[in-house]
Amino acid sequence: MGTTQILFWFLTALALLGAIMVLVSKNPVHSVLWLIVVFFAISGHYILLNAQFLAIVNLIVYAGAIMVLFLFVIMLMNLNAETEPQKSIWMKFFGVATGGLLLSFFISFIVSSIDLKNKTAQLKEGDVGLIKNLGKVLFSDYVIPFEIASILFLSAMVGAVVIGKKD
Amino acid sequence: MPIQYYIALASALFCIGVVGVLTRRNAIIVFMCIELMLNAVNLLLVAFSKMHYAKAAAAGAVTTAGTEGQLFVFFIMVVAAAEVSVGLAIIVMMYRNVHSVDVNFLNRLKN
Repeated sequence: MGTTQILFWFLTALALLGAIMVLVSKNPVHSVLWLIVVFFAISGHYILLNAQFLAIVNLIVYAGAIMVLFLFVIMLMNLNAETEPQKSIWMKFFGVATGGLLLSFFISFIVSSIDLKNKTAQLKEGDVGLIKNLGKVLFSDYVIPFEIASILFLSAMVGAVVIGKKD
Repeated sequence: MPIQYYIALASALFCIGVVGVLTRRNAIIVFMCIELMLNAVNLLLVAFSKMHYAKAAAAGAVTTAGTEGQLFVFFIMVVAAAEVSVGLAIIVMMYRNVHSVDVNFLNRLKN
């Protein structure tokens, strides 16, 4: 078992542990911090797949900007474990049962699928995820969606200000 | 790494997100679980992108196979950032009106 395999399993365990702790934590601030752990683990997976651009963007946008926004809102509302609303035990049981059934369906599909046999995701090498290749395609074939994304951001900014302002 | 491992990991993360949406009542936590589901899909897209790239690179010359998958992940991140800003503004407004982030309060919208 090489270094790559060890890293893969470590990052997988970290991502799953963090995701479960997001659900189990009573305090919303702890949930946010565990979600940041999940995002770091997913960024580690991107680096392992040599998708360096996405790894950095994931860290900057998700772990940096979005989670700070979440943390800011939670601290603004002064939420903590005491004010946390709880669902009844039956609702929790049925929620977990639904998720478990969905997961078992996915796993049985993955195990039994013939199309997925002998397919591997390339690790550590391959230059498809480097910013040079992605930038070339982004600014030639995908330049119109890119510009539309800027309009989307503008409208989201205006919308957030309009919704959030005191009236 | 076999592609099955990545699909299993992304499925597990997605299902944890689904369970979170179903079992939590705090609107912010529900929103975070949706982000978790988006990230699971992103991871799967990158893994598939590298799978196609490896296959095309093994077949022959210089290739750009798999680039679209990674660009799609980039656009998902863009949309998620816009979505979070508007969504959190809505949650802040809801908190200002009902002084709670409990999603069960939202059924009062019908009156």
